[in-house]
Amino acid sequence: MSHEVVRTERLCCSYNVGRVLEAVSIIVEAGDYVGIVGPNGSGKSTLVQALIGLVAISEGRASLFGVPCDNFSSWGRIGYLPQSLRLLNPVFPATVAEAVGLGLLSQKRFPRKMTRDDWERVDTTLDSLGVYDLRLKLIGELSGGQQQRVLLARALVNSPELLILDEPTAALDPETRERFYALIADINRSQGVTVLLVTHDSGAIGQHATKMLYLDKRVLFYGSFDEFCASKEMSALFGTHSQHLMCHRH
Amino acid sequence: MNTNILEILSYGFIQRALLAGSLIAVLCSVLGVFLVLRRMSLIGDGLAHVTFGSTAIALAFKLYSAASLLVSLPIVLLASLGILKLTEKARLSGDTAIGIVSSLGISAGIILASVGGGYNVDLLSYLFGNILSITSEEVWIAAGLFCVVMLLLALFFNELFAITFSEELAKVSGIRTNTINAVLVLLTALSVVLAMKLVGIMLISSLLILPAASALQLARSFKGCVALAALQGCCSVVTGIFISFLTNLPTSATVVMINLALFGCTFLVRRLKILKLA
Repeated sequence: MSHEVVRTERLCCSYNVGRVLEAVSIIVEAGDYVGIVGPNGSGKSTLVQALIGLVAISEGRASLFGVPCDNFSSWGRIGYLPQSLRLLNPVFPATVAEAVGLGLLSQKRFPRKMTRDDWERVDTTLDSLGVYDLRLKLIGELSGGQQQRVLLARALVNSPELLILDEPTAALDPETRERFYALIADINRSQGVTVLLVTHDSGAIGQHATKMLYLDKRVLFYGSFDEFCASKEMSALFGTHSQHLMCHRH
Repeated sequence: MNTNILEILSYGFIQRALLAGSLIAVLCSVLGVFLVLRRMSLIGDGLAHVTFGSTAIALAFKLYSAASLLVSLPIVLLASLGILKLTEKARLSGDTAIGIVSSLGISAGIILASVGGGYNVDLLSYLFGNILSITSEEVWIAAGLFCVVMLLLALFFNELFAITFSEELAKVSGIRTNTINAVLVLLTALSVVLAMKLVGIMLISSLLILPAASALQLARSFKGCVALAALQGCCSVVTGIFISFLTNLPTSATVVMINLALFGCTFLVRRLKILKLA
């Protein structure tokens, strides 16, 4: 039985420069791994940020787990990973364990104190992502790839049902990027976590995502990866050769 | 020397200065860590200027010492919220909002002082601070406000940590970031009003910035950073009071110079560590 995790109906968002998203209607079901792609300024990040309340919705509706985004409060069901470079202050004095522990605050009520069990959970999550040895290091002292794993641990520590990743690989080299996509695919398959991943890299994400959402302010394509590869509209948009390169699974 | 220290400690005004000074220094240093990391460190300066204006109002109504707090506290608390609202609503960066409120505070203070018959000794004592003249009543007020601020800091510590790490991630954790920002600036406002007597309006931001800046050089965890900053703030005030008493130097400036020296030391230690690793 499938469950709707995300639903948008004619969703519109505007900045001062005008409309950034135009009548976007999609449904994401539990267990989907959706790659959100499109050119610069196409509204990819705006879409996921509107879902989690970081950007205001100007028209239309959006819901998470059946609850309108305006009233959504079950933040423990969501893990969010923004672009690492935008996030991290290199002199921030938090250890990896402290930074990952912050991910558990969404499940806590005031005064949101950490317990011994919480710290064990932090350790388990770090261990599962292969970064346990970094737990006492300062987060600003890590490499880009290590920081991204730590921030992923922060997003996963509360065992979310929906993982939202906003251009998480923008600062990574191609090899690390590929390993990161594979890791997310493994989390999606083994833990059943629904994934929304924003990226410029439509070729690489195609190897792993189960669905593709191609945005250019409005939805140009939304469907399975196989449908994406067979789509004549996408052939017309990218050219047959480019589409073949994107769709060639290794 | 032992006799000298015991003799110094036997003076009531020194005891009051040490007690109130340590409490205020710990408060400012702990809050300073959050402010420095959030690039809001000059808010102390801006609120200090507002405190100057509010003190001029208090003096115009013949309210001195502890009684002047009755006027200063509400005005500075409102000004701190004003800075926050300007940042949120007027599309201004934090430093611009601080500059606007700061200008308002200092110009209002100058006009009121001028209308009220010019600058007097009381108003000037607020400019440069005079912790050795602190009264028992002011010590009790400092102790009370210290307890309130520390309790609130303890209750909101993880939320403050979260918005300092990333406001965006904090929002997606369900933390009411606007409320926590308001808590931070209100606690800062309370501490600035208290610190006015210690280091004076001109040097208040040094007490918020320097211990935090030093702690950032050496800290290996966030809680460690907060603890180091509090330790430096407290030690600088205690040693500053002794040195200024022995050398007849102004206490506020001595406290600031000790903080600067400690910052220089921690900076050097960090550089040496980096060179050693390289």
